[in-house]
This record gives sequence, structure tokens and C-alpha cells, in this order.
Amino acid sequence: MKISWSEYDPGGAWDELLSGPGRPRPHARRLTRHLAALTAKQLGLRQAAAERAIVEMGITFTVYSEGQNIDRAWPFDIIPRVIAASEWRGIEAGLKQRLTALNLFIDDIYNEQRILADGRFPRELIETSSNFLRECSGFRPAHGVWAHVCGSDLVRDADGTVYVLEDNLRVPSGVSYMLENRIVTKQVFPELFAHQRILPVDDYPSQLFDTLASLSPRPLDYPEVVVLTPGIYNSAYFEHAYLAQAMGAELVEGGDLVVAEDDCVYMRTIAGLERVDVIYRRVNDTFLDPEVFRPDSMLGVPGLMRAWRAGNVAIANAPGAGVADDKLVYAFVPDIIRYYLDEEPILPNVPTHACVRPDECRYVLEHMEELVVKPVNESGGYGMLIGPAASRQEIEKFRRLVKRKPRNYVAQPVLQLSTAPTLVKNRLEPRHLDLRPFSLQGDRSAVTAGGLTRVALVKGSLVVNSSQGGGSKDTWVVEDGEA
Amino acid sequence: MLSRVAERMYWGARYVERAENAARLVRVYDAALMDLPREAGVGWPLLVDICGARRLFNERFAGGGERETLRFLAADAANPSSIIASLENARENFRTTRDLCPTEAWRAVNELYLYGRRELPKMASPRRRHEVLSGIVRQAQQLTGLLSGTMSHGDAYHFIRLGRNLERADMTTRIIDVAAAALMGAHAAEARPDNTLWMAVLKSLSGYQMYRQYVRRRIRDQDVVRFLLHDPLFPRAVAHCLLELEASTALLPNHEAPLRALLRLQRIVNEQLPEEFNEALLHQLMDDLQLELAAVHAQVAAAWFLPEA
Repeated sequence: MKISWSEYDPGGAWDELLSGPGRPRPHARRLTRHLAALTAKQLGLRQAAAERAIVEMGITFTVYSEGQNIDRAWPFDIIPRVIAASEWRGIEAGLKQRLTALNLFIDDIYNEQRILADGRFPRELIETSSNFLRECSGFRPAHGVWAHVCGSDLVRDADGTVYVLEDNLRVPSGVSYMLENRIVTKQVFPELFAHQRILPVDDYPSQLFDTLASLSPRPLDYPEVVVLTPGIYNSAYFEHAYLAQAMGAELVEGGDLVVAEDDCVYMRTIAGLERVDVIYRRVNDTFLDPEVFRPDSMLGVPGLMRAWRAGNVAIANAPGAGVADDKLVYAFVPDIIRYYLDEEPILPNVPTHACVRPDECRYVLEHMEELVVKPVNESGGYGMLIGPAASRQEIEKFRRLVKRKPRNYVAQPVLQLSTAPTLVKNRLEPRHLDLRPFSLQGDRSAVTAGGLTRVALVKGSLVVNSSQGGGSKDTWVVEDGEA
Repeated sequence: MLSRVAERMYWGARYVERAENAARLVRVYDAALMDLPREAGVGWPLLVDICGARRLFNERFAGGGERETLRFLAADAANPSSIIASLENARENFRTTRDLCPTEAWRAVNELYLYGRRELPKMASPRRRHEVLSGIVRQAQQLTGLLSGTMSHGDAYHFIRLGRNLERADMTTRIIDVAAAALMGAHAAEARPDNTLWMAVLKSLSGYQMYRQYVRRRIRDQDVVRFLLHDPLFPRAVAHCLLELEASTALLPNHEAPLRALLRLQRIVNEQLPEEFNEALLHQLMDDLQLELAAVHAQVAAAWFLPEA
């Protein structure tokens, strides 16, 4: 039986590939036409081939609570999500604008604090933020850039508007899966790559390396760049190893590094100590240096902050960059863009109620059943309330939590989240998804073409996190005229 | 190359070799026991002593006999020198260095571990024993072959080679020691089992045919011991292991101290065996060699695994 698009009904959500049953969007036409020429069985075979490739390539992610055997195959859907290049160029400009402004904000917060003095950002929000690190005050990193790698979460609402939902500036992950998804898709649909221009994504590791190298305190052609991982039990270990290998950088753990008396960082190698110039760290701020943060941390490197402040090593993202990755600061990003760049934001924020403001808090408490309530310091979809899907007890629990510590919560309207056709038991059904593009900023800026599309594999679900049953898709940015 | 990674390669290889040799050791002991007259008074407890695990054994299986001894030495994860513990450690070390080893090698390590977990508990049955132990030996050999045939012989490979040969030399001295100890027991009972025991030792090391080809003499204890210590060509002979160690050491940076320790050990191996020796002297010499091998390990660790700030 052939795939029939007239049976595919996106319902009330915006679908990325079709505007209604049997009506593909122009940029997706080549793909939908190709799929319609296949039978359901053929699609099933290609899905099975993709899953085999994933096991053979050893693409895994790690689940926290599973005790011993912790690697799981990466859940992947073979039907790509397609974005028109004309739309993408706007999104790309918006992401660069946003990251540029956020970096100016972080640099200002740790130095002059003009935005606070000018009354354009509430001082108490910084002073009460757990992501604000006093130890970073007065420091100026290379190029004035603190957040070198940013993973933004984008969602599209029912009317087609793309919103920024989160700016992940601490240790955003997922880019390796974006790269692997493309490799797998090329094996599954080679014929589609022959006939249209799909923007490539595989230069990310070399762009990441260039970005990191541009931070080196020593002017070398090949500065020593290392990837610092918490180790094999971290959920993103696969990615740490993947990126290190792709960049030709050493994958190090805290114990591999040592800060010597000259305040420089060295790694322990079989040939003795070797100086390290740039650390792409995938451990959280407070685990970086037990001398400064958590004395019980086994992951960090004693003296690392000293070496960083002395300018002898670059750390990406810089310690303290997380001050701008906080759901409270998020509510102010449009103002931050206007303040530093004197431009209107290209990409809109999701309207956000900060419970720290009494009037907004009252609104949130009264409309909890309709809202998504998020703790300001969590990521990965943990600890949040989706009002319309929650039980009475859960809503009461959150009401108590918000009343007790209003500063710790923000609330947003429930977005519909766009859908795309996803293979479910050899049938194509709409499933909700988001998009995480990755932006880089060093001496130059770059954004991945597309990003990692995460899809909620459960019907109707809006939770796309891989730690909570989400999967992913390849993301194609295609030139419109060619589709 | 990072010191931590080098260390994991080294230990990964050591643990695989240790598991293989422990399987060989139990196999030879099992065979030797069948050849020894019962009144010789040599039983399974001696094997626990040779492995230096008497105290732990008594804690876990006080008064245990054959069944418990085999379980303890093969399938008891609580015994750090059991075969299963070695396989588990090998797997953990290779797991964290997967990016440096060929994928097939990681899979082979994983399969070896799973095989051990499934089959080693069946060792209590004397009829299954040989088959299970041979399975361990065969799969460990397969892994060694895979690494030597598919992995670039760069620094990472040299650490694998160091770990393998150091462990192998150590175990050859222990297996000689088993024979010496068994013979001492037999002496006491004045029921010396001719040279069948030494034949079993050679067979346990897959060295019987090589001995016949290269020594061309009937099996005689003095010749077997000399072959297992001095032969530069037989892969499980101590002298050969030391040559392998020397070759890899010389290719690594900062090799002066480990190389000195190795040369000293080569001298001892070549010079300390007198023309005539008895089992007590042999036992003493094997003990000394084990201490010297530990000293080489200490130099390897100091030179490459623990660079000072």
C-alpha cells in the first residue's frame, strides 16, 4: 500500500510539511512526492535499516536512573523535518542577534553593570541569582565573549510563528546527534540528496574547533584544545567523545588536568605535562574548581579558576556565563537586545510571566490550569507543570510552591508546538517537535544549518527530551526554488 | 597520549591476560591433581594459597572443598582475583577507551565478559570445566589477535602490549610455582609423579609442541623450567615477554627508568637459575621474579601514569 498524504491530518497544530491533508508545503514538495512513491512496507524497511546503522555506529545516549547498563540506542525517526532556506536565513540572523546581545549582557553584568545603573534590568534579580558567580566579576574574556556555544530551543505555534523558548548557555548538548542523524539519513534516502540542495551540517566540528582556537591565550597555529567531560556516567558522554574525536582534541577528565605553580593548566601525558590553552568544558560551573566552588567535587581541577582569571587558559563557555541562562533573565531578553544593540528582536520570546512580580504572580496563581509553570533553574524538562495536562493535586502542589518562592518560577501559555509526519508502525502520523540550533561565537559567529529536531514519539505529547521518551529527526534546510 | 588513557589500556590488557592465565592455571591444576596420588595430600586448598587469597576464601567459604574453590576462583565477583572479576575489570577499562580501540575489539571484550558471566558458574561440574575454561582462553586469544591485527601499533597499542606481557610473565612464574609446590607436597609423600606434571604445565601454556620442536629432548623438569624461563622465541616464556616489553618500552617517551628495571630483570632471569635446583629453590626464585615484575610495573606507573606537577 502506497503512502497517501490525503489521509494525513495535522489537526489544529501547524505541520512542518503539510498545510492540510494532501497539501504539502512548497519547500517540502520534493520530499512528500518521493515518500508517496514508496509503500508503507518500504518505509518500514528503511526505518529498520536506520536503526541497524545506529546500533552499528554505536550512537547512544545515557539514561540517569538505569543503574548498571546505561547506554541506550538513540531513538530516531527517518522522515526529515524540512525548513525553507528563506525562512531559515531570518532565524539565523535572529539567533546571531540574540547571542551577541546576551554576550554583551554577561560582560556588562560582570563589569560595569550599566544596564543595572540605567534601571533597565532589576538589580535584585542578579543579586539573588544562583547563576551569578561573584568570582567572575571584573574579568574580560577574549573578544568579550562569555557564551561561545549556545543551544537555543525554538518552537513553532499553531499560527506558524517561531519562538525562542530557551537559550541554553551552560553546557548545551545534542549537536553530535544532529551530525549523526544526517549521516544516517544520507544512507536511508541517498536519492533525495542527489536532486536538491540540502544545506550541509558536517562542518560543525571544524567550526567549533576554530571558535575554540580563537580563544587561545597563546598565539599558536594549533593551540592545545581539550574537551573536559565529567566521565562515562554522564548522559552526554557519547557526545563529548564524539566531538573530541571529530576535532582531534583530547578528551580529558578533571584528574587529567593540573594547575602548576605558574598558574598554567597542564594535562598529564605519557611524555610528561603538556600545556593546555583552551578547555571546552562539559561540566557545570560549580564542579569546575573545588578550590572555589564545591570542595567535594571530584570532577573539577583545583586552581582552574585561578589559571582562568590569570588569562593563562580559556574556558568555553566561560564560568558564570549561565547568568544569562535562567528563565527569569529570559523574560528580559527582548529588552536586553534593544538596550545593547538598539535593534528590535528578530525572533520573538514566548510571553512569560515572572512570578517575582506580584501582579504577574497573581495572574499565574489564578490561571494555573492553562499555563506551563517552570522552575527558573532547571533544564531538561524536569520539575515543570503543564497546566492542562496536570491533575488537581499537581496544580495545588505548584500553587504552594509558587506562593512559597515566587522568584523561582515563571509561567508561559501552552504552545501548540508544530508537528511533522513521523513513522509510527509503518504509518505516517503527526507528532509534536521542537528545534535546537547551535550557535557559535568567538572571533566570528556561526549557526548550524537547521539543528537538532527533537520529536515527542508519544501521540499528543509535548515532551521532546530524550531523557523522557523523545526521539529525533534529521533537519533539512532546502533552497525554496529547488523544492 | 593522556596518562589516564594509557593506564586504562595497560590495565585493560592486563586483566584480559589475567583472566586467560587464571583459566590456564585452573586447567593445569585440575589435570595435575588427576595425576597425583591421593596420598600426596595435594588438594584444592593449595591453589587458593598460590593465588594468595587464603584469608578471603576462609571468610567466604570456610572449610570449602573443590566446589567452593572453583566457584571462588572462577565465578565469585567478590574475589578480586577471580576470573569473572578480571573480565569485569577488563571490560570497564576498555569501555572508557572505546574511542582508541577498534569497535570489534570492544565488542569482543564485551562478549568475553558476557560469556564468563553465563558459563563460569557452571564450572563446578568436572565435565564442563575444561570446556568453559577453554572458551575463556580461546576468546581472550581472539581479542589479542584482533588488537594486533587491526589496531595501529602506536602508543596506545604499546601500552596494551606492556600490560599483556607483564601479566603473562608473572603468570608463567606462578604456573611454574604451582608445579614446584605440587612436587614438594608429593616429595613429602615419597610418591613423585615422574614428569607427567611438567608435561601438564607445558600443555597448560600451549607449550608442549613448541618444547618438543625446540628442545628436542624428553620432558625433564630442568629443561622445562629453562624453556619457560629462558626461551626467547616461545611467546609465553618469561624471556620472550621481557623482550616484548623492552621493544615497546624503547618506543615510548621517558622510557629510561622502566627500561633500566627491565634490563635488571632480564639479567636476573638469565643468571639466577643454577645448573641443579630443587623445588624449594625454584619456589624461592619464582617469588623473587614476581617481586621484580612488580618493580617493573612500579617504574611503568611512575614514568607514564603519574606525571608530577
